[in-house]
Amino acid sequence: MNDTPMHYCPGCSHGVVHKLIAEVIEEMGMTDRTIGISPVGCAVFAYNYLDIDWVEAAHGRAPACASALKRLWPDRLVFTYQGDGDLACIGTGETIHALNRGEHITIIFINNAIYGMTGGQMAPTTLMGMKTSTCPYGRQSDLHGFPLKITELAAQLEGTAYVTRQTVHTVAAIRKAKKAIRKAFENSIHGQGSSLVEVVSTCSAGWKMTPRQANKWLEENMVPYYPLGDLKDTTQS
Amino acid sequence: MKGKIIVNEERCKGCDLCVAACPMHILELSPLNVNSKGYHFVVQKAPESCTGCTACAICCPDACITVYRER
Ligand SMILES: Cc1ncc(C[n+]2csc(CCOP(=O)(O)OP(=O)(O)O)c2C)c(N)n1
Repeated sequence: MNDTPMHYCPGCSHGVVHKLIAEVIEEMGMTDRTIGISPVGCAVFAYNYLDIDWVEAAHGRAPACASALKRLWPDRLVFTYQGDGDLACIGTGETIHALNRGEHITIIFINNAIYGMTGGQMAPTTLMGMKTSTCPYGRQSDLHGFPLKITELAAQLEGTAYVTRQTVHTVAAIRKAKKAIRKAFENSIHGQGSSLVEVVSTCSAGWKMTPRQANKWLEENMVPYYPLGDLKDTTQS
Repeated sequence: MKGKIIVNEERCKGCDLCVAACPMHILELSPLNVNSKGYHFVVQKAPESCTGCTACAICCPDACITVYRER
């Protein structure tokens, strides 16, 4: 991680996850052999903050881009970093198929339940009844469908090796999330199959809360719907 | 063990998460001073009680806190 000040809003979970990824890459000694794929979304500028090789993919296409890179450079650590609008909406096809093919990549999935960058619109992961700028009366199932649990879907696929859901709203959770990211990265280096690390995150600006309130809201509303823990781990001996 | 934190005040966005995470409750957002972006950055109100547990640094989204521990 370099010294460039991050553009994220105060208290944004993206910063914490960037820090964890940087720490894990450094601890693994992979700084010179890691390729990240940044998404379209708030994390589009991730390449400004982590001193590794980056490719900026078109909206939602990061897993396709990562598949190609990993096949060309099998000895590299290749990971994508995507938001829920990128991964679970416009890029659902790419995500599911890359995971199903068992590409040896890691997908870091930041689920903040809205489109942060474009101003807090509804995402597929928006909770029932949650108000966003495009569903001001709250999400309704008859009109908008149900929140998409993409991580549960991924756990059903043969190609995935490690599928987990974490958060970064407390110190203990951050420590756990770091371990999960490390495990996922190790899987991709050792060619174990695809790994998906979902990080249930806050978007205090988009949720119109203070960072502290957002953490509380996450714990009370997001975590019951998106239960934490490992959903699939084929690497356990 | 005693600890000391150094806050990169210019980088701090005053998000308050470290204040909530500190188990000793010795952090606060500076009531009067702001940095060049206008954020009330974090300060230690009772530096002598810091244990160097690193909770503030771990949860800081902007990596503005460096923790030193006395040995
Ligand atoms: C092809 C295309 N369609 C739509 C957009 C507009 N757009 C930019 S970011 C974004 C959503 C990002 O949301 P998410 O992936 O949840 O990331 P966050 O900003 O919340 O971190 C959209 C729809 C775009 N840039 N390109």
